[in-house]
Amino acid sequence: MRHFVIVAILVIAMTFLAYFGLVASDLMPVQASAQAVSIDWLWNLELMMISFLFALIVVPMFYSLIVFRRRKGETGDGEHMEGNTTLEVTWTIIPLFIVLAFAYLGAYSLGETRRLDPGAMVINVTAQQFAFSFEYPELGFVSDELYLAVDKQVVLKMTSRDVIHSFWVPEFRIKQDIVPGRVTEYRITPTLLTDEQPFKVRCAELCGASHAYMLSDVRVVTQEDFDVWAAARQEEAAAAAQTPEGRGQALSVANGCLGCHTVDGAAGTGPTWFNLYGRQEQLADGTVVIADDAYIHESIVDPQAKIVAGFESVFMPAYDFTDEQIADIIAYIKTLE
Amino acid sequence: MKTKNPVRRSFLLLLLGGVIGYGLGVGLDVLVTGQLDFAAPLTGMFALLGTSVAYFFGLVGYWGITRGLVWQVIGTLAGGLFVSGIRVLMGLEAFGGFFFSEPAWVFGGLVGGLSFLVGVGAVTDWYKWAKGEPTSEHHHDPEGYVKYFGVSLDHKVIGIQYTVTALLLMGIGGLFAMIFRTELAASQLQFLTTTFRAFDQNGLQFYNTLMSLHGIIMIISILLGVAGMINYLVPLLIGAQDMAFPRLNAFSFWIAVPAAVLLVSALFLGGFDTGWTGYPPLSARSPVGIQMFFLGVFLAGWSSILGGLNLLATVVRMRARGMTAFRMPIFAWAAIATSLISLTATQFIGLSFQLVMFQRLLGMGFFDPTKGGNPVLFQHMFWFYSHPAVYVFVLPGLGIISELLPVFVRKPLYGYRWVAMSSLGIALVGFLVWAHHMFASGMNEYLRVPFMYSTLLVAVPTGVKFFSWVATLWKGKITTPTPMLFVLGAILVFLVGGLTGPPHGTISVDLHLTDTYFVVGHFHDTMFGGYVFPFFAALYYWFPKATGRRMNETLGKLHFWLMTPSFFVLTFAMMRVGLLGMRRRIADYDPLLGFDLSHLIMTIAGYLIFTSVVIFVYNFFHSLKHGELAEGNLWNSRSPEWLVPSPMPVHNYDQAFEVVGEPYDYGLDGSRYVQFEDEKIKDIEG
Repeated sequence: MRHFVIVAILVIAMTFLAYFGLVASDLMPVQASAQAVSIDWLWNLELMMISFLFALIVVPMFYSLIVFRRRKGETGDGEHMEGNTTLEVTWTIIPLFIVLAFAYLGAYSLGETRRLDPGAMVINVTAQQFAFSFEYPELGFVSDELYLAVDKQVVLKMTSRDVIHSFWVPEFRIKQDIVPGRVTEYRITPTLLTDEQPFKVRCAELCGASHAYMLSDVRVVTQEDFDVWAAARQEEAAAAAQTPEGRGQALSVANGCLGCHTVDGAAGTGPTWFNLYGRQEQLADGTVVIADDAYIHESIVDPQAKIVAGFESVFMPAYDFTDEQIADIIAYIKTLE
Repeated sequence: MKTKNPVRRSFLLLLLGGVIGYGLGVGLDVLVTGQLDFAAPLTGMFALLGTSVAYFFGLVGYWGITRGLVWQVIGTLAGGLFVSGIRVLMGLEAFGGFFFSEPAWVFGGLVGGLSFLVGVGAVTDWYKWAKGEPTSEHHHDPEGYVKYFGVSLDHKVIGIQYTVTALLLMGIGGLFAMIFRTELAASQLQFLTTTFRAFDQNGLQFYNTLMSLHGIIMIISILLGVAGMINYLVPLLIGAQDMAFPRLNAFSFWIAVPAAVLLVSALFLGGFDTGWTGYPPLSARSPVGIQMFFLGVFLAGWSSILGGLNLLATVVRMRARGMTAFRMPIFAWAAIATSLISLTATQFIGLSFQLVMFQRLLGMGFFDPTKGGNPVLFQHMFWFYSHPAVYVFVLPGLGIISELLPVFVRKPLYGYRWVAMSSLGIALVGFLVWAHHMFASGMNEYLRVPFMYSTLLVAVPTGVKFFSWVATLWKGKITTPTPMLFVLGAILVFLVGGLTGPPHGTISVDLHLTDTYFVVGHFHDTMFGGYVFPFFAALYYWFPKATGRRMNETLGKLHFWLMTPSFFVLTFAMMRVGLLGMRRRIADYDPLLGFDLSHLIMTIAGYLIFTSVVIFVYNFFHSLKHGELAEGNLWNSRSPEWLVPSPMPVHNYDQAFEVVGEPYDYGLDGSRYVQFEDEKIKDIEG
């Protein structure tokens, strides 16, 4: 009995020691998003449980090693205890309830991080080896750094041009892979302004040789600063909009065309736009067509009408552009030589 | 002239052939390119060619393994040339960047692997049977060390072959880790820079290759080490003469050797930059090396599947009289749980890699979104094996802990049946948790929740093991020789690994933890606690059984006290930087993160661990010849293998035994576990 009392006291002491040790060693980066709150809350609960279970095993283990060690000259065996069914059932059932409780809390915490604001601004993220680009479709421009207004939820709609990447800002906590051929969603509500040092979005899924260097700046600013920045970017975009090819480029970026159609001749999900205008395209049904204004027009409003050989299984959605817009896009495509 | 020592002569010739071939390759490369490049793609080719020439002049065939390796080289060349010839006929380019084209390398690699098995003699008996020729039931192994270098049907020889191969691979994998750990000691690139060139890879690519190979070579090493322990121990523990299918057993071992050669050859064929997980689309774009990686894993998978089958048959059919299920040694339970997984899940990793292989070779679009494929599907298939696989790695180790604790505590294993059932519980629940590796992958959002529940359930049977171990220690008479130190180290390290697991299971927290150094720290803890420490414990413990000598205690303790603290420092530092923002699998990290000191500490700790293993290897080989003689029941165990002299006789027990009691009844006066035939007679006469 004396042994049990000593061990129980030591377990309690060790639990507190371990927990406060863990908390004091500042294990997490600063908390900078609303979603991080429920994650950090659960993590803290888990640290408590870890500290307790660690103490529960380590204390009796070291206690036994010291107190029940074989002393010099001793020859006999230990006490013959084969087991105790009640005890075994106890230490099966109690942990069972603990893990079920944690699973429930995990689901709850996940729900908190998924709480959505219907007014959240959409930002389209395109990842490729080894860069991110951020398109603000509602504002009409594309940026290579992510600007966010504090306390405003945004929803990132992310896709990849090549391999799997992953979007991770440690200060925001959540991570989401970016998969080619589909759009994954990432909701975040930044709560902390960045100072001189921006946060960084870091690619967290091995994506090739320069994976280590795939990162972009993330700046969280006040709504006023965000508006100023956005206005400046819009002005740049407006300058481009004075010309048909500039408008066409903006449209292509804003509508995700370039997520599938490359502009430099590289392979993509769809046929490249590089040198497209006037090119002879081999169609899936064996006929050949020249990519002129009429063909490109048709391919945008009714993509399934004529499919280029090799792209049979790709489903491109139909776009509902005006004739002027399509003319702008074609003007842009003409410049890609 | 008659050769006095054909082994030494053939070895020297083989080495000479390799060196001359390598020299020729470098020389030829200088002539062609005008630059001195010691790692030109052709050099490896010529080195292999040199060894083949040496084979014909040097009776290298004296050893099964060298014969097999030469056959592998010849088979690879033949297969490669065959495909190249077909390509010429089809009007395709015959050769590629690494001499052969990719399809030629794949076919050549496969033919080479199978040729190895023919060359080494692992299929000779079956071939004879097919022809109707009889073979002897037992082969007579040659005396001395030679028997370890060729096909033997004795489970003890095979167990040692597995174990030594595992140690060798652990050395190679560890060496790779040391190279990239050195690069990580400080931020920025030090020597694996963008101007670095080796085997057609720059520093960053070479880093990724080393990191990927470290992972897969260690995994294969663990599988072989597990098979080594199971093969050597299970027949001895259950009183069988051998495994149920000795030829299949030899085949399972020998197919792992060309698999290992294929894996290492990936390094020379442009490497691969995907990590051991080989996710497409990245793996669909990697250099040819990835195909060698796929092939190597595919062949090694056969080793696992057939080994699992053999073990199950052995335990079910060949136990000693009176050994009911709940009187089996606990390690046999662990081996059953492990084998159930390797028999039924390994197919999935082979298949998933094979699909990527076909995607590359034949243009099939399984995982290619532009062809309607789905990259996330690969991850499901891959993890359906690769998560249960970690239980293949750790269950035997946990079995070793449960097996050895009672011996050194001098008390029964607490809750034997619960411990036995917990192994099966872990194995079965392990099949239902794979998608917890994919919480951030873009899989169905709501499907993540049931996987969170199933994942956390694994904690329950694992907890039962910990509680039982602690209860076993309670009120014992504990001694701590080297094997016991490693058992205790295993419990501590696995505890840290086990406790850092559940946070990964809760989805929201995992979204922060996944793909960071926290994961790296966590699984190194589970692998070391669940495999490396118990493996060393088993080696120190059963070394006298295999050799009749014991390993040096002082060096063993030095090994332990150097490795354990260093290892804790390493993994705690890993987990800390991971939480703070260090991603996995990066060659370089942002100096602004302030991780330089942590990484320097990790590198030093890594070197200390490596040093401790070097001490172990020295101890191992030194003790083979000079170790203290230990022919009796050194550890005062109740287990049958210790009741007969060491080293173990060729066909195990000269007389059968019957199980007459519980396996771990230490402290119960007059009880015994087994009774040999002559003791029974004595009992009757007395």
